[in-house]
Amino acid sequence: MDWGNIFGNAVGEIISPTTAAYALAAIGLGIHFGYTGLLNFGQAAFLLIGAYAFAIPTLAGAPLIVAVLSAIICSVIFAFILGIPTLRLRADYLAIVTIAAAEVVRYIVTTTGLTDFTGAANGLSGFKGTFAAINPIPEGRYGFGPFTYNEYDWWIRIVGWALVVLASVLVFLLMRSPWGRVVKGIREDEDAVRSLGKNVYSYKMQALVLGGVMGSVAGIIFILPRAVQPANYTTGLTFFIWTIMLLGGAATIFGPIVGSMIFWVVLSLTQGILYGAIESGALSFISTTQAGQIRFILVGVALMLLVIFRPQGIFGNKKELSFSV
Amino acid sequence: MSNISEPAVVATHPLVKGEVGPGCAKTDPIVIADHVTRQFGGLKAVDVDHLEIPRGQITALIGPNGAGKTTMFNLLTGFDKPNTGTWEFDGKSLAGVPAFKVARAGMVRTFQLTKSLGRLSVLQNMLLGATGQKGEGLFSALFKPLWRKQEEENTARADDLLARFKLDAKREDYAASLSGGQRKLLEMARALMSKPELIMLDEPMAGVNPALTQSLLGHIKNLKSDGTSVLFVEHDMHMVMHISDWVIVMAEGRVVAEGPPESVMKDPAVIDAYLGAHHDEDLGDLMEDGPNPVLEAERKAREAHPEVDEGPGYGETTTPPAAERER
Amino acid sequence: MIAGIRLGRGVRLTTMIVAVLALCLGFALGAAATSARATETPAPTPTSTDSGDFTTTYTIGGILRDGDTLVAGAEVTVEGGDFSEVATTDDTGRWSVVVPGKGDYTVTLDPETLPDGVELRDPDKSSATVSAGEWQTNTITRSFPLGADTRQTTGFFEQFLQRLAAGLNFGLLIALAAIGITLIFGTTGLNNFAHGEMVTFGAIVAWVVAVLLGINIFIAMVVALVLGGVFGYLNDWLLWKPLRRKGVKLVQAMIVSIGLAIALRYLYLFNIGGDTKTMNVGLSDAVVLGPVRITTGSLISMLISVVVLVLVGLFLTRTRIGKATRAVSDNPSLAAASGIDVDRIIRIVWVLAGALAALAGVMLALYRQVSWDMGFQVLLLMFAAVTLGGLGSAYGALVGSIVVGLFVELSTLFIPPDLKYAAALVVLILVLLVRPQGILGRKERIG
Ligand SMILES: Nc1ncnc2c1ncn2[C@@H]1O[C@H](COP(=O)(O)OP(=O)(O)O)[C@@H](O)[C@H]1O
Ligand SMILES: [Mg+2]
Repeated sequence: MDWGNIFGNAVGEIISPTTAAYALAAIGLGIHFGYTGLLNFGQAAFLLIGAYAFAIPTLAGAPLIVAVLSAIICSVIFAFILGIPTLRLRADYLAIVTIAAAEVVRYIVTTTGLTDFTGAANGLSGFKGTFAAINPIPEGRYGFGPFTYNEYDWWIRIVGWALVVLASVLVFLLMRSPWGRVVKGIREDEDAVRSLGKNVYSYKMQALVLGGVMGSVAGIIFILPRAVQPANYTTGLTFFIWTIMLLGGAATIFGPIVGSMIFWVVLSLTQGILYGAIESGALSFISTTQAGQIRFILVGVALMLLVIFRPQGIFGNKKELSFSV
Repeated sequence: MSNISEPAVVATHPLVKGEVGPGCAKTDPIVIADHVTRQFGGLKAVDVDHLEIPRGQITALIGPNGAGKTTMFNLLTGFDKPNTGTWEFDGKSLAGVPAFKVARAGMVRTFQLTKSLGRLSVLQNMLLGATGQKGEGLFSALFKPLWRKQEEENTARADDLLARFKLDAKREDYAASLSGGQRKLLEMARALMSKPELIMLDEPMAGVNPALTQSLLGHIKNLKSDGTSVLFVEHDMHMVMHISDWVIVMAEGRVVAEGPPESVMKDPAVIDAYLGAHHDEDLGDLMEDGPNPVLEAERKAREAHPEVDEGPGYGETTTPPAAERER
Repeated sequence: MIAGIRLGRGVRLTTMIVAVLALCLGFALGAAATSARATETPAPTPTSTDSGDFTTTYTIGGILRDGDTLVAGAEVTVEGGDFSEVATTDDTGRWSVVVPGKGDYTVTLDPETLPDGVELRDPDKSSATVSAGEWQTNTITRSFPLGADTRQTTGFFEQFLQRLAAGLNFGLLIALAAIGITLIFGTTGLNNFAHGEMVTFGAIVAWVVAVLLGINIFIAMVVALVLGGVFGYLNDWLLWKPLRRKGVKLVQAMIVSIGLAIALRYLYLFNIGGDTKTMNVGLSDAVVLGPVRITTGSLISMLISVVVLVLVGLFLTRTRIGKATRAVSDNPSLAAASGIDVDRIIRIVWVLAGALAALAGVMLALYRQVSWDMGFQVLLLMFAAVTLGGLGSAYGALVGSIVVGLFVELSTLFIPPDLKYAAALVVLILVLLVRPQGILGRKERIG
């Protein structure tokens, strides 16, 4: 088994754009669930909307800034469409309706009737040009050891993590403010907050939009190193983002970032070790495809154990951050 | 607290325009409700033809369990929607107005089942009550200098209130760590942070440590001297007698009697409400020793339906002992 | 009073707007669907109906009718070489043009001249050609199909019935599983996201027994039912009961069930692979019931579903345990206080839910195929059904399931089939917009 390679790949996941994208999506979900108490099970839809609303205009020739604005605006609109009927509902209804809405958008981009726009099940590709064009890094390979990438890969990483930092600072500033106090109050008991004269509906909407926009920007980072594939946006994606958020701690600043790093490093490690074991004949009775499946069995089990035994996550304060309901 | 043993019927009263009776008009009402009804399936939980609440006074709303008091609170404050009815607060119609706007208009309520915000500190709970905070806007929240000064002022006021409610030692604790009675106090103090014109307290004393009830009564009286109107639901008749200027009695959704505390307890309709119809017992004198029929009936009712009034946070005694009623 | 009226109006208005939007959408999609079908089936070759009186003249003509109504005043132009003449339809819808001889002509109907509300069935077919070789007689007819095609309507109606039967079947099998979801929710407050995996479990058991081992499908069904019950029992015994003891909160428990769902789903994938498996158990013969063709499998599945649902209904309303179950759903602490063993009731509910879900899985396998994520694919529809009916209400779950089932299948008459699940979920969202507590649910108590 090539342990050097296995660890190299795993360590590389720490700063990979995918890790950044999941971290950003989890920060957004943290605003929804961790701070405001909204059971959003449709975060995948925000990533989907970010991806398509960025890729479609870009492929139609729009400049980068227009494509990014399109992604943000579309996610704001989607947040409103999602929020207007659901934010008045009981928490568990909200969970079911958000998950349903996320599936609806996925069915819509996958339908063959829209192949001209969305590429249906094949998705979209070839939209990286505008982003690569503003890359200030000269061509070449940089870095050391497992962190050696070409100029485009560095560019995505730098932009992706810069956005993650920006989002974290934003969350920090908001959550120490009276605004943050109101949304945390809503998480605890929205009727109490209502009785104190706060427009709960409006605050929930603001939180939904804010976290949704973060999800949508995460959707852009997520597709920059790959193609847009509708199959990526199933409820599974939402659940992984939940796992990451809970892993780090739902209402913490660094939780989503560290959660995402741990999630991807562990996935990469298990994959490397399983593949290595299969190649070396130690695990001859399973195939490499099955090895990939074992990882997700582990994700499921880990999610259960985490929520049962350490619901506040790694960074969470036991008192403040366990579940209220 | 005098003239208690005089005959029960009082035809007029300085707070009342015209004759005293259920639904009578007040000289200076702060809330006027008309034809408010609320139906749950086949049950008419609230069916109030006309109700006025006097301004600047302490008004008690009493009635047996299930009389519709909490439902009436919910309706008036926009937490529930009536089947029919209109009501106004301070001359402004509030029918159909959402709950947060009702609170902003100056009519703030507390809940029978306490709603303290468990994972916020006691101080944060209090600060949430303050109104007109600049830092509650999404964009101004990002810039602390915009709201720092206001936050300091609010904190000072919150500390002041916490000290008055003997919660200052708990200032930094999570509200979840408070006892049931302390939560009731916190909820009341929090409501006061918004400087309401009318505060509506749903069973403020239930579960509160008896040692504290006296000082709480003092707070409520102080509220009145500050010009705040108070409407409260209470099961402890001694407290009702002690501090209220006016008593409204509900039973089966209707207002069955109202009047000053000394006389309303002797109203046959009130005894009916608590004991059911067809009684011909002597009502006795509330202030004399010996079992009082209203209190007895009330106690029996509570024993018969314990689940109605006992919320999850109720760790302490629900009925404070009937001591210290006369000084 | 004013408030009451205002409120009532508000609600009614919203309902109306939603209803109108839904209708418009329905018509628009319906029109699109019918026109699409008209393109697929070419218009029938016209046969000569008019025999001309003048043997020496050659006539092109026809009758314009929209359904049974004859269309007057429409203009038809016949052109050929230098010849061009416009005819107008008379009160009997007839038009005719005398042409110079046997030759090639183009016949064009001017759609602008059609009365309001009457349109070409296919807007692209406003002209037709007559070729020289067609002149066997002196008269040639050309027709322009208008409006909805009456012969296609019978086809549409048949399709409608076909979808109705399929939807009922689908709805019933969703109901089997959804009742379990709603009972678990009612007694424990848990939204069980791993319910789909209980459905898949039943399907896989039935597939193993009936296809791999080649044992009779009905025996397989019973095996799946029993093992499903055991699976439900294990769920409660190994996981949910300890978590109740631990005092795990509801959202926490919900996320645990998501973790369980992920783990189980990939465990199935690990074991049976990612390909779909057909249930070749000899139940795919078609039975013709009037205008509806249905497979014996579906018919049996519907019968079993109905019988089982009736039995569950009787169990809940007539037996002591069933009544206790409903008591626990209404108020667990009160039920416990009145001497009901709440833990035992919950265990029974899990066994029942597991068995019903497994049975639903077998039906789903007969209705479609077996795959590792088949349960998860319908989980949302089951939730939609339960939510539509009002969380926690067993009758609500039944009604909601039938609505969802019918909607999924009937929607394919109007929208592309790959959007049929989306349509059901949109309906869920719309219903909650108007009636947040679901169709049969109760409002919650505040304060
Ligand atoms: N949300 C609700 N659904 C059904 N019934 C309710 C609801 N809220 C209150 N009720 C019923 O309405 C009646 C009045 O209740 P409530 O206002 O709480 O009485 P009180 O506060 O005077 O004890 C009771 O019979 C109660 O069971
Ligand atoms: Mg009450």
